[in-house]
This record gives sequence, structure tokens and C-alpha cells, in this order.
Amino acid sequence: MPAIVVAVIVIILPLLFPSAYYYRIGVLVFIFALAVVGLNLLMGFAGQVSLGHAGFLGIGAYSVAIGPIHFGAPSWLCLFAGAILSGALAFLVGRPILRLKGHNLAVATLGLGLLVAIVLTNEAGWTGGPDGMSVPGLVLFDWSVRGAYIWYWIAGTTFVGGFVLALNLMGSPTGRALQAIHDSEIGALVLGIDVARKKLTIFIISAMYASVAGSYLALFNGYITPDAAGFLRSIELVAMVVLGGMGSIVGSLVGAAVLVVLPQALTIFHEYEQALLGLIVMVFMIFLRQGIVPSIVAAFAGRRK
Amino acid sequence: MMILEADRLSITFGGVRALDGVSIAIESGQVFSIIGPNGSGKTTLFNLVSGIYTPNDGSIRFAGEMVTGLPPDQLARRGLSRTFQNLQIFSRMSVLENAMVGRHRHERTGILADLLHLPSVARQNKATREAAHDTLARVGLADAGKRPAGSLAYGALKRLEIARALASDPKLLLLDEPAAGCNPVETQEIDYVIRSIVEDGITIVLVEHDMRLVMNISDRVHVLANGRTLTEGTPEQVRSNTAVIQAYLGVHGSKEAVRAFD
Repeated sequence: MPAIVVAVIVIILPLLFPSAYYYRIGVLVFIFALAVVGLNLLMGFAGQVSLGHAGFLGIGAYSVAIGPIHFGAPSWLCLFAGAILSGALAFLVGRPILRLKGHNLAVATLGLGLLVAIVLTNEAGWTGGPDGMSVPGLVLFDWSVRGAYIWYWIAGTTFVGGFVLALNLMGSPTGRALQAIHDSEIGALVLGIDVARKKLTIFIISAMYASVAGSYLALFNGYITPDAAGFLRSIELVAMVVLGGMGSIVGSLVGAAVLVVLPQALTIFHEYEQALLGLIVMVFMIFLRQGIVPSIVAAFAGRRK
Repeated sequence: MMILEADRLSITFGGVRALDGVSIAIESGQVFSIIGPNGSGKTTLFNLVSGIYTPNDGSIRFAGEMVTGLPPDQLARRGLSRTFQNLQIFSRMSVLENAMVGRHRHERTGILADLLHLPSVARQNKATREAAHDTLARVGLADAGKRPAGSLAYGALKRLEIARALASDPKLLLLDEPAAGCNPVETQEIDYVIRSIVEDGITIVLVEHDMRLVMNISDRVHVLANGRTLTEGTPEQVRSNTAVIQAYLGVHGSKEAVRAFD
């Protein structure tokens, strides 16, 4: 059901778009929403914080930049390679990192994100350093994919796909195990759940979501800088998860939409843009404590009684 | 057949010997109770047997296999299930989902199948849901399935935890003070549930302060005091053992001992 609703939204939304600029915003919303769905699987469902998720976003982004330029590989192949690379990195660092809990885990993942950002900044020969590098456009079967209009459909379709996979996962034994881990690790353990392995699995999946989103972002913008992997981007992703609603897959779309669209809408306030954005996010969190979507759902459920 | 044999288990926490050379042997189909004054090591023994602590000394065999030092999840997959004195409910999940997680050890999971929601996953989900529902019915929670577990009353949560452990079809079920903190009505409901489990022939290890229940349903009673075995025997033997009475009178007040007598 939610999957159909979201698919319909993706299809109908362009009818309300007066210009190509709106398609561009739509693309960004879907790309970020994809990364946020992945992060929400990790944070909202399994209860494991990551403050370094932009690191995986950066790996995905630079894969589609470095691959075609330095190795002449096709972009789509580099997108997959980036996702595999992100998954492999998550696998390698996941075991030791995911033993940590709460603040310790948050700081460790923060370190991971910073590490990736620093490597991307320093390896100027490969990445162009702090100034970034341009990204060759996506070419599929001799067809050059460019423009906000076509990217809207690519990003929208991919988002719906990622959305459906996430919903499937949560309705499966793996998903139930992850939610159990969130509430009581010891309770999950004594029911036969391999807690360490489940956490690692979701960390890898979550990293791959971010990586694909990063590749899309780079291909769509045609340019990438190490900021994509930076600390602020990580925080932004976490804010999108929390704002939309921890553990709500629909909330991931809403959280991404609010934090992508609001800054655009607030540009009329010029230098007060950032301050207003902060204020609005604060007000949201004060009045919709569980995040936008879960709070609204709870309000409706309450009224029906 | 012995389902569980623990041989001379010892564990030390910061210089304190919490358990000192305790051995237990539990036959399949038995109700085996562990009693003793507060601080005598009952929960420590549970935590050792269920793999939460690793013993400094001694060995544990479960279903004929040496399992000393195995983590709780591997023991659970072999059919050893337990409940906790302080609840470990998945409070954000629904009551039914809690029981479904109990079925985990019987579910086949593959990450790709789960992501794609293959027909096999849907079929398995259905079977899991039905089995979970049946176990909820056994503890009187069939109608509460859709409610968030966190919204249940304390006594119902205690029963839910038993149902969750039962859902795994354990070979051995460890119940750690299932009625602790319950009011008389809730205690009665839990007694009823435990008796029905006993009737089904599931092997149970029980830690419980309600002596009337313990003496009534146990095949064997093992008495701990200060981390050591005081005695073990049938309820009648334990009831008339002067060392047991002294241990309770000395440490725990007379109330418990008086109840043990009637």
C-alpha cells in the first residue's frame, strides 16, 4: 500500500511543476530520500547511529567521477562498483565499530566519515583535491542521459525501488530481528538472533543505499567536491531521518523533501535563510517529537478512537 | 536422557565468588526448580547456563553436546530458551511481532530473499504468524496481538515474555522469577500458564519465590545458599531439610519458610 501511494506521488508530482527548476528539486529530493531510507534502516529500525554516512555517499559520488576519467570505465558500471566498494568498507569497519553503543558508536562512525572526506581531499591527483572534479555524464547504450526532466524519472524510479526493498526487508525475519535488536539486544540474543551479524548486514545495506545516492548526485550535478562526504552532509542525513520519523520509511521521503525544499523556499530571506531553517527544524521537533510522519499517523489514529 | 548437565560451575565477579562449584543435572521432561535466599546465585546460575556469562571453571553440556562458553544466540538455536526477571520485551513492536521474533530460530533467512520478498518469505511469514498467534493464545494474549507491546500491563508483559520463549519450541525453558513483581491476580494467571506448559511436558528450569507453586509442580528442587549447593532432592526431601529451613530463617526471614511448610 505505501509503495503504491509513493509511486503515484512520484508520477503525479510533475503535473504541478511549472518549470524545469522544480524537476531539479524533485531529483534532489529523491536522491537524498534514497540515502535517508538506507540510513533509517540502520538508525530507525536497528537503532544504530551513524554520523559518518556521507562517507559512503562520497565513495559513490567519486566512483562515477574517478572510474570514467582515470580508467575509462562506463558510469553505470562505476555506480555498481562504488556500491560494492562502500559495502566492502562497511563490512571491514563494521565488526569492530558496531560493538560500540550509543555515543561511542556515533563518534566512531563520525571518524569513519571524516577519514573518507580527508582521503578525498588529500588525494588531489585522483580527486582534484578540495576543488573537486567534474563528472562525465551518464551514457546508457549510446544514449546520453542529461537534463532534470529525464533524471526526475530515473531518480524517482530508483527511489521507489529502494523504498520497496526497505519495506520488504522490514516485513521479513531479518527486519523483525533488527527491530528486536533495537529494543533489547539481550532479548534478541536469547531468541537465537546473531546480533553482531544482523547489525553488520544492515550497516552494509545502509552504506550501499548511500553510495548509490552519491553516484546519482554526482552524475546529476556533473561536478563533485569533498563536501559531499563531509561532516555537515552526514548531519544533514541524520536530521532528515529524525525529522521525517525514525523507523518510518515514508518519513524518510518527507524528511528529505522538507530539508531539500525548505532552503530553496527560504532563499528569499537572504542571509537569514540558515537561521530560519534552524528555527523551523526546532519547531518541528518540539511539536512533532516522534518525527513528522509518525506524529501525524499517531494523531489520526487517536482521532479515530 | 539428561538435557542439561552443568558440572562444578564457578564464576567470580571482582573477587566475589558468586557461584562456587555448583553442579546440576536435569532430565528431559522434568520441572527443575532452583530456590535459595536472595543473593544465593540463582540468576547467576541462569546466566551461566544460558551463555550470558562464561564460567571461570566447570563445564556445561546441553542435549549431549559440550556448550561451555557458547554465546546465548547459539544456545538458543540449539533449543535453550529463557525469560528474564527484569523484562526484555521488544516494546516498540506489536505483541504478535514479539512472539514472531520467538520463531526466529525456525526461520530460514536470506538477505536477498528478504529484500525481494520472494514467495518463500511470504509463505514463511504466514506460518510464523500462525505459530506466534497460537502461542499467544496459550498465555491468554490472543486478542492483544496488534497492540504495541509497550502498552501492556506488567502481568501481561510477563506472560508475553513466556510466550515469546515458548514460540521457539525450546527443548529447555529457563524461567527466571516469572511472577516477580506481580500482584496476586497476575501471579495466579502466570501460575496457570506455567502449569499448562508443565502439562505439555516441556522441560523447565524455574527460579521462583512462590514456594507453594515450586513445591507443587517441581520434580526436583535444587537449593542454593551463598553461591554453593545446599541440597537437592524431591520437594518433600527439601521441605524437611533442616539446613534449608535454617538458610531461609537466617537470611530471608520466617515468612518464606512458613510458606514452604504448608
